[in-house]
Amino acid sequence: MTDRHTPVTEDELHAYVDGELPADRRDAVEAWLASHQDDANLVAAWRAQAEKIRARYGAVANEPVPARLKPDQLLRNGRRWRTVAAAAAIAAFIVGGVAGWMARGASAAAPDALQTFSNEALAAHRLYIGEVRHPIEVGAAESHLLPWLSRRVGTPLRAPDLTAFDFKLLGGRLLPSASGPAALFMYESGSGERVTLYCSQLKEAPSGLRYSTADNFAAVHWVESDYGWVLSGPAEKSRLKGIAKAVYEQLENRAPPSKRSKAEPVMSQRGS
Amino acid sequence: MSTFRHSIEACIPALRRYGRALTRDAETADDLVQDTLVRALRSEHLFHGGDIRAWMFTILTNLNRNRLRSLSRRPSTSPLEDDDAADLAGPEAGGRDIERALALLVEDQRHALLLVVLEGLSYREVAEVQGVPIGTVMSRLARARAQVKAYLDGERPALRRVK
Repeated sequence: MTDRHTPVTEDELHAYVDGELPADRRDAVEAWLASHQDDANLVAAWRAQAEKIRARYGAVANEPVPARLKPDQLLRNGRRWRTVAAAAAIAAFIVGGVAGWMARGASAAAPDALQTFSNEALAAHRLYIGEVRHPIEVGAAESHLLPWLSRRVGTPLRAPDLTAFDFKLLGGRLLPSASGPAALFMYESGSGERVTLYCSQLKEAPSGLRYSTADNFAAVHWVESDYGWVLSGPAEKSRLKGIAKAVYEQLENRAPPSKRSKAEPVMSQRGS
Repeated sequence: MSTFRHSIEACIPALRRYGRALTRDAETADDLVQDTLVRALRSEHLFHGGDIRAWMFTILTNLNRNRLRSLSRRPSTSPLEDDDAADLAGPEAGGRDIERALALLVEDQRHALLLVVLEGLSYREVAEVQGVPIGTVMSRLARARAQVKAYLDGERPALRRVK
């Protein structure tokens, strides 16, 4: 592995430029560059890019910080929101009285209706995750959230527990959809990442979990027992799939709120 | 002032630099930084040690993604050639070129490149910020560098999706 003659990979060239290369490969890379002019040019070009970026933006860090960014001022203005964000009330989100969640891969719903449904959910996702102060209508801490949405959507709803993925329920909102009233639940991670779960009546044949992606975000949707579901979130497929499966299983099993450890490392949910 | 708040305040200059390079607009960048700070300050109870700086970069990166996704839905037009690009450029020679080169990258690649070369984060830290394996960070970095090089070498930029 430390053989000086092991061919140098492009990854190693990047690591070399970024100071990430293990010491025992540094000499090998330098020897390689001395005899491979194309790679040496590449390395020089990457270094020049980095210099240009630093020359262009480096000085921003030396500018005086505007008053509106002072923590004291921000805390004064931001306190009211805190109660909503801190609400850690996690329920489980379940369609009551529903059997047959196992029916994966059954005949697909008419593509038009299902596609329209998924598009509506994605549009709602895109619109509301960008809202900093008003992403939801009713907070997770408010006891009427689930009874209200259940009544309007027409089925008993609970919200899945996604704490194993570092996502907490922020709350929900009611939305119009082509097939009737829809519920949108929003979850947020400690670092501000958001996923939404959308549900509305949808009289289509049950379907398996389907993944679709567009514009840097993605959704997993499925239909069960006359209700359609769409989980929208980050475009990392394996991660979103993991979350969607957890949602699906919690709905399917009608399990009580998950007892999974919060300490479960988030990285373990992320694939490549 | 608490240690936590003090640590957050110490990150502000770097967050503004990263935000400016990401958005290439001073007002938008400071809006992002402000939202990042509000979120961090009210999430003190969620922070259980570790590197505050990397955590702040994570928040800003996620907020920027949210912002771009939200924008992508709005009807918007942008000229193929920026006649006013010269006005946006800094006083440094070549400012316009690197700025436009960054603008051509897809967001995840731009995040990766800037976190590494401008903010000096390690690959491992960038992987945590982006929530992906290190291999994904490296391929984003490689694609970003290849595209910036192609642009600076004078290749015509490919038509870019508005986002």
